[in-house]
Amino acid sequence: MSLLLDVKDLVVRFYTQEGTVYAVNGVSFELEEGETLGIVGESGSGKSVSSLALMGLIPSPPGKVESGTVMFEGRDLLTLKPDQMRLIRGKEIAMIFQDPMTSLNPVLTIGTQITESLKLHEGMNTSQSRKRAADLLDMVGIPDAYRRLDDYPHQFSGGMRQRVMIAMGLSCNPKLLIADEPTTALDVTIQAQIIELVKQLKDEFNMAMIWITHDLGVVAGIADRIQVMYGGRIMESGSSHEVFGDSRHPYTEGLLGSLPRLDSSGEEKLTQIEGSPPDMRNEPVGCPFAPRCDVREELGLEKCWDERPPLETVPAASGDGAHVMSCWADIREGVA
Amino acid sequence: MSSQVMTAEKRKSLDENDVILEVTDLKKYFPISAGIVFQRQVGAVRAVDGISFHVVRGETLGLVGESGCGKSTTGRTILQLYRPTEGSVRFEGQELSTMAGNDLRQMRRRMQIIFQDPFASLNPRMTVGSIVSEPLQIHKIYSNKKERQQYVEQLMEKVGLNPYFINRYPHEFSGGQRQRIGIARALALEPSFIVADEPISALDVSIQAQVVNLMEELQDELNLTYLFIAHDLSMVRHICDRVAVMYLGKIVELGPVDEVYDNPQHPYTQALLSAVPVPDPQVEENRQRIIISGDLPSPANPPTGCNFNTRCPVRFDLCFEEPDPPLIEVRPQHYVSCHRVT
Repeated sequence: MSLLLDVKDLVVRFYTQEGTVYAVNGVSFELEEGETLGIVGESGSGKSVSSLALMGLIPSPPGKVESGTVMFEGRDLLTLKPDQMRLIRGKEIAMIFQDPMTSLNPVLTIGTQITESLKLHEGMNTSQSRKRAADLLDMVGIPDAYRRLDDYPHQFSGGMRQRVMIAMGLSCNPKLLIADEPTTALDVTIQAQIIELVKQLKDEFNMAMIWITHDLGVVAGIADRIQVMYGGRIMESGSSHEVFGDSRHPYTEGLLGSLPRLDSSGEEKLTQIEGSPPDMRNEPVGCPFAPRCDVREELGLEKCWDERPPLETVPAASGDGAHVMSCWADIREGVA
Repeated sequence: MSSQVMTAEKRKSLDENDVILEVTDLKKYFPISAGIVFQRQVGAVRAVDGISFHVVRGETLGLVGESGCGKSTTGRTILQLYRPTEGSVRFEGQELSTMAGNDLRQMRRRMQIIFQDPFASLNPRMTVGSIVSEPLQIHKIYSNKKERQQYVEQLMEKVGLNPYFINRYPHEFSGGQRQRIGIARALALEPSFIVADEPISALDVSIQAQVVNLMEELQDELNLTYLFIAHDLSMVRHICDRVAVMYLGKIVELGPVDEVYDNPQHPYTQALLSAVPVPDPQVEENRQRIIISGDLPSPANPPTGCNFNTRCPVRFDLCFEEPDPPLIEVRPQHYVSCHRVT
């Protein structure tokens, strides 16, 4: 496998009336061809903003990509001109969003919306693109696809709309699909349908995928690698088996402990992470998780407050991949 | 083995005969009207379509199902925030569905609700103090202003809010803190029964556990009874004693949580449980999912026969002919409504 995407030191800020929002504070990650990366984090952790940044979709102003590089097939996406970027967006990298209700245009038919990118990127004419669009709808499991091309988004249910979004995303055989909370607005049975569909299509199209979610359960089933974000930083990253089975960061550990599990009767009390997520308007110093971290408190670590822990390979990782974390302490050893 | 020991430890000492709430054949239809000048009813959304259950004092009954299945309507109809179309709701021995005016207002002191969205359910122009004390003013408890404020401060402390913030406005608080304000307001009148309508679904994962732990502590301390409405099935297993699964306005399965989760009998419950992701890659790799196709039918136009027959993987002739399979007790306390289960 070869490297498809290489993000280095991405910094994104928003300059708003209420002050500067430090949304993404130095995020680096890589993605191999055909790999699925799950980015997990709570609201405000910077997970969506970092993916919007690499698509060149940060509204500016108020947003600004301050620094960093996003290498995609040998080109730095952050330096491309808007019209060059337009040739990549939708064609090489496609994105599906959380809310299928608001991300489809309500006054255009589904057919118009799917064929738009086929005409633009693939140079198809109307009848070719309509045929291809019908095939795509059929592939994502929409019955009677050809006739439904002339329907409007409101004629579809939530799950069906998300299928339409997926069909649009896949229309030009992208190399990378970014899915930003694609199932959060859906019920669990529909979520299960969509996940199965995406898994199957991913293999068919052999594309890489970034799946952004706050639901640790969803990524456990779908991602090869997991990246846990908090306060605009990567806290821990590794193969999903390692991050879940051998989590090393106090935040990851806390997050897993605070989740009840369907498969255990869960009589024990949930371990809770005290406090609330950081206000991103404060300039980040030190570890963003420091105010809520029990490990810091237990070990009496002072440097967590003012020194940012580097993302380092986990000591004694059992090792089917690079397991890294950003913490001054090692919770397994209980030492700093 | 160890799980059995723990179950015995946690199991609250519930008196099965001390029924606090009895719902019988409850229906709530919302009319669909047509016509511009002369409005006439052309149909009805059968949001709740004949459900019966009871809640024992001190227990937590979970009400789960997908959006549109009628679980929130059930909660609100029980509290008479919607008046039922048919059926009876008996709360602490008194019939609520025929009650009105002052009598009903008095009953509302005993039953309260916590809403889903802590951003929409608090008046942005009121301070925390006035939000929490409003029920006290309405019911004219504490004529002395100072005493009232002291009581509000106590309540705030009880739900983990600093009483120092009594004069702040909702927008100054985070989502989790706002939900605590909502809980304090619900507790102000010392109710015995609380409907919690998706109290944690708008909160971040790390905050959900805080609110759930708080609700459990308060339950132990104040002997509260909860009707916990949720779509997060993992959380329901954690917090509830019994669970009722709803589909299209009807209860399809009802029983003790561990029994229903470990041994689901209704094909819908089976599919629902198998669709919930588990945060463990090893478990996920080996899981068999039952994927049910299609969407929820419209409650304005439910299918004839069993409600689930449009999506059911094990349907047969009878499911299309015979409506409303009865709730049959398959094991002690475990009820299922399915023609396959006899």
